[in-house]
Amino acid sequence: MQVEKFKYDNKIVKLFAYATVFWGVIGMLVGLLVAFQFIFPSLSFNLEYTTFGRVRPLHTNAVIFAFVGNGIFAGVYYSLQRLLKARMYSDLLSKINFWGWQLIIVSAAITLPLGYTTSKEYAELEWPIDIAIALIWVVFGWNMFATILKRRERHLYVAIWFYIATFVTVAVLHIVNSFELPVTFMKSYSWYAGVQDALVQWWYGHNAVAFFLTTPYLGLMYYFVPKAANRPVFSYRLSIIHFWALIFLYIWAGPHHLLYTALPDWAQSLGTVFSVMLIAPSWGGMINGLLTLRGAWDKVRDSAVLKFMVVAITAYGMSTFEGPMLSLKNVNAIAHFTDWIVAHVHVGALGWNGFLTFGMLYYLWPKLFQTKLWSVKLANFHFWIGTLGILFYAIPLYWAGFTQSQMWNDFTNEGFLKYPNFLETVTNIIPMYAYRAIGGLLYYVGVIVMVVNLVQTAKSGVFLAEEEAEAAPLKKLSANYKDEHWHRWFERKPTQMLIGSLVVILIGGVIEMVPTFLVKSNVPTIASVKPYTPLELIGRDIYIKEGCNNCHSQMIRPFRSETERYGEYSKAGEFVYDHPFLWGSKRTGPDLAREGSAKLKKPNSWHFKHMYDPRSVSPGSIMPPYPWLLDKSYDTTVTAAKIRAMITLGVPYEEDYPEKANADVEKQANEIVEEMRGTLEEEGFEVAADREIVALIAYLQRLGVDIEKGNQTAEN
Amino acid sequence: MSVLILLILASLAVAIIFLLAFIWSVKNGQYEDDYTPSVRMLFDNKKHTNLNQDKSTNQ
Repeated sequence: MQVEKFKYDNKIVKLFAYATVFWGVIGMLVGLLVAFQFIFPSLSFNLEYTTFGRVRPLHTNAVIFAFVGNGIFAGVYYSLQRLLKARMYSDLLSKINFWGWQLIIVSAAITLPLGYTTSKEYAELEWPIDIAIALIWVVFGWNMFATILKRRERHLYVAIWFYIATFVTVAVLHIVNSFELPVTFMKSYSWYAGVQDALVQWWYGHNAVAFFLTTPYLGLMYYFVPKAANRPVFSYRLSIIHFWALIFLYIWAGPHHLLYTALPDWAQSLGTVFSVMLIAPSWGGMINGLLTLRGAWDKVRDSAVLKFMVVAITAYGMSTFEGPMLSLKNVNAIAHFTDWIVAHVHVGALGWNGFLTFGMLYYLWPKLFQTKLWSVKLANFHFWIGTLGILFYAIPLYWAGFTQSQMWNDFTNEGFLKYPNFLETVTNIIPMYAYRAIGGLLYYVGVIVMVVNLVQTAKSGVFLAEEEAEAAPLKKLSANYKDEHWHRWFERKPTQMLIGSLVVILIGGVIEMVPTFLVKSNVPTIASVKPYTPLELIGRDIYIKEGCNNCHSQMIRPFRSETERYGEYSKAGEFVYDHPFLWGSKRTGPDLAREGSAKLKKPNSWHFKHMYDPRSVSPGSIMPPYPWLLDKSYDTTVTAAKIRAMITLGVPYEEDYPEKANADVEKQANEIVEEMRGTLEEEGFEVAADREIVALIAYLQRLGVDIEKGNQTAEN
Repeated sequence: MSVLILLILASLAVAIIFLLAFIWSVKNGQYEDDYTPSVRMLFDNKKHTNLNQDKSTNQ
């Protein structure tokens, strides 16, 4: 057979690898800033763009979609060509994939600090960017599948299966979770409400971890670890079995993020069961990765690349053991809403994703630039300081999470909460936050050292843009199979089939079903729960814009320690008008679900002063100040559009209400201002009814009020 | 909780896509050999691999 000559495209790999490093440096720097804000709240610089609520999504999006995302593309574009013995299908598609992705990242980096956010974790970007993500993702898939079709290696190596699973699932997740109704150019409301929205979000959120941070990286592991060790994977059969087991199990585990919430119990249990089962395929991957190095541990001693990979795989094993444990309800009851989860996530992010990326970069650079790594010593230094960084990051946060949880739950002998002031449980763990920040700093120093090393390596070598290779084309399969019709059809159509069924499902299913029966199902189950007033709705949008949900939950779990502290536990029926839901996932501050209830209610003027300077009313608080809320006016030109959107989503406002809404806005705002004017003007504040703070106060005072009314009528 | 229907459908759709892909891979004979692919991936088909071929013909 005639051998074909062709060239691998290294240029696109280099571009993505550069972007990985660049966004890694940026994203982790933002993370560092966030970590130090816990110890020095003044690091929010009194600026609206740099408060924790806005910067935290910037950090998570940057490290997940920019750092890891580009890392995935770099690794896939490098390994896919070599595993398939084919150049990428289209250089143009590769370039669109690259520049499109960078453009999305830049738009995220601009819009998130400006406060354009949907509030849904890891899916904060607003609808125009969501559409761009879907398009660029399809370009990536198109390029990948077309390359698979023109491959010169019939067998699809296991890594490629991981890439395919990544593409298919991320596409579905992203589209289903991003189903939102645009109100203006950069504002939308989630199509789902309350419990339903929460379930969709965490179905997405969990699988984003599974199919963006895990499966593509397992694919990279199956390529780069054997390559770096120059020995075959421990068991190829195990890799196939654990791949199929992993992808069939992962997609059902999402509800473990909602244990003890208002989600129906059976759905919670389903999530737990699948999460526990996941330990088997996850550890299959870890064992396979580590045992690949059996009898070759001497290589690990000499190779920085392998060192990084070994720790990465170990971190993967630890976090995938911890994950199922955290999915057990009794463990989750302790860990949820605390820094334990943050530690858990960072073992995966810093250890698994970070270290595997670093290992891959150290492997790629000498290949791409046809030279040796500039300094093995520095790479080893990076490894050790990075590992130390992970330990310094994770251990104090485990401690902090566990301690805080115990303090929340602690009762005196008389049966009262031992720490009724939430703030006490925060100030207690600030030293742990300091250690965490130091851990992050150590890790970051390692990254900077890596940048120097990579730059010097690139300088000392010559970039190989077009790597020549040759291989025989695929032979047509002879008709060896009994069921020829079947296999022939599949043989010709795998891509068309995958993409075709995807399109059919998405268009047919999502677009038709969601509006019709989701809206109808939002019938209130608690009669006293009423839609927000227009001013409260505006306030709620400010709450979302400022990212309050990043530190404050609105979900009281049915534990005595929580009902004592916050009031009655949260019911599903309370959230039927919440587009989007705002349950949160972390309590850096107290829960706010009943902030306006008789038990917790504070004067309007308290909220006013608290937002202006939290430490003036809560000494020791680490919340950033929000002085601009006192100066900025809310936008009443879109009130009608907002109410109309809510009506479309099934919220029962009167049909002619959108036009009348602004009158009510004014009325309610004036009431609030008149109530607090006296107190505040005495203290030298200026108060006006059109300011954002007034809308926010209206919203906060509404929280938890409706269900109280219901209880009163029930008692009467 | 009708959103469950949507999620179950979406999840099942993904699962069915994977199932079909799995059936295809088995029928295609992807897993008939579960050892050599792991070794083959270690060799890059650089342009000069024909040196080996020359050697083998010399022997």
